[in-house]
Amino acid sequence: MTQTSENIVPNAEPVEMLLNMGPQHPSTHGVFRMVLWVDGEKIVDVVPHIGYLHRGSEKLCEGEQYNQVITLFDRMDYIANFNNEHVYVRAVEKLMGMEVSERSEYIRVILCELNRIASHMLFIATMGLDAGAMTPSMFCFRGRERIQGLFESVSGARMMHNYFRIGGLKEDVPDDFVAQVREVLELVKKDTEESDKLLSFNEIFLARLKNIAVMSAEDAIDYGLTGPCLRASGVDYDVRKAAPYSVYDRFDFDVPIGLDGDCWDRYYLRVQEVYQSIRIVEQALDQLPDGEVTSSLGRRLLRPPAGEVYVRGENPRGEIGVYLNSDGSDKPYRIKVRPPSFCNLSALRQMLKDSWIADSVVILGALDIVLGEVDR
Amino acid sequence: MFNSLKGLVVTLVSTMNGLRAPVTRQYPDSGNLLGKRDEPTPVKDRFMGFPALTWDDEVGEPFCTSCMVCIRGCPTQCMTSVMKDNPLHEQEKSSRRKIVDSFEINLNRCILCGICVEVCNFDAIVMSHEHEMSTSNRNGDRLDLPALLEIGFKFQKDTDWIPPTKRVKVPKGGAAEESKTPAEAESP
Repeated sequence: MTQTSENIVPNAEPVEMLLNMGPQHPSTHGVFRMVLWVDGEKIVDVVPHIGYLHRGSEKLCEGEQYNQVITLFDRMDYIANFNNEHVYVRAVEKLMGMEVSERSEYIRVILCELNRIASHMLFIATMGLDAGAMTPSMFCFRGRERIQGLFESVSGARMMHNYFRIGGLKEDVPDDFVAQVREVLELVKKDTEESDKLLSFNEIFLARLKNIAVMSAEDAIDYGLTGPCLRASGVDYDVRKAAPYSVYDRFDFDVPIGLDGDCWDRYYLRVQEVYQSIRIVEQALDQLPDGEVTSSLGRRLLRPPAGEVYVRGENPRGEIGVYLNSDGSDKPYRIKVRPPSFCNLSALRQMLKDSWIADSVVILGALDIVLGEVDR
Repeated sequence: MFNSLKGLVVTLVSTMNGLRAPVTRQYPDSGNLLGKRDEPTPVKDRFMGFPALTWDDEVGEPFCTSCMVCIRGCPTQCMTSVMKDNPLHEQEKSSRRKIVDSFEINLNRCILCGICVEVCNFDAIVMSHEHEMSTSNRNGDRLDLPALLEIGFKFQKDTDWIPPTKRVKVPKGGAAEESKTPAEAESP
């Protein structure tokens, strides 16, 4: 039957349509695929498909020696490499009951917090792009580039550092490290302020993000959200404060909390976290002690005692956990990672239901997933 | 409305600054839009490019004895090597009893982690500053011993490379102190 003006009925029964989004969609932040059931412009249901970037990292870890596994952890959350390395080396150190020198702990914290800033800057850039703002991404990438240049001068690589070692660091930082970090921090603070001015309270940006995908505190806890996504819903939970690890208990910093739990809160909370991370780095630079950072164990073949250990830490995306099971050989028996962005992704269905198609991009963007970590 | 105008001001200021001193560079040339210079991409001192083998100028042979420590330490198994008896040792010109016969690195597999350099006991392998190495050959990224030594020699020359085991350690706030390493005594 051909469609004519007679057989088009107004107020007809709603017809659900299946709409595929990804894995090549530029706003899915990698290779993530969503199958959306839509009724007109409204999303009825969503089925996420993951695994396009699956490399079997956890299985690969079982075939590598303990110091080689660090390279695999670099490649899980490839935006926050230092944070990932940190939680793994802490897991092995806890298993071996190893003491780490204060200087290496301070340098680790400095680099982790700088990595958090870089990661959040990338988030601000992509959040702007998802909402249609091109310019802030340029500002943020400029700031991120400065931090990555610093990382290159410290570890020799811009992203896949392989710099943390079990029991210390690969080598000491360059002589002008402190001065370099202070210089970079000043510039990064300016960059963040600029993009903050440009984007945060822009009327169009507010209209796109305010009251979108509101998560109540109960829902956020039930879905197992962690990190900025949880704190945006008003839950004061940060692993750095709740269970201080490394030397985080020696710094004075605040944990920003959101009020509404909408997409704009998730965005603005990360902007605030950049300022807090800058505070931590400044304090750590002031307190940075002298001493040895390298450990002779790094060159030896490690054989931790048989046993199991679970260690968690605060990544830019949330709480990362590493479960490590050792059978006493030179290779881990099993490594299980609790990746923050994979767990945060579980709330996607709740967030996307009954929202508009046009909002799906900003909702996914505000979750800030990294597919290397989701698929592992 | 006010916030949008504030954003426009930020963009305008940044544009004026960008005209004076651009942040980006024109790859592969350096310089800005007005003046282009032919320079290699700047890298930091510690930059880890592709691995290469070093050349011992004093004896005239590679440092590498093909002991396979780097091959066992490599997370991706990207290297192979073969050992042979050192002819210079029989003539008592070299202290190395064994020497590398052939060495191959598959750069497509290499992940630039630097573990090979860290575990090497003979200062034989370095992370060079080479990184723009794309080829159009099918196996163009498999480097053999002469190619590796060539890259390594270029790196040694460019950076005035001193073998890590011969470097003097400078403790903070103190005078230079000779580092105590076993390789100090056995170096040729």
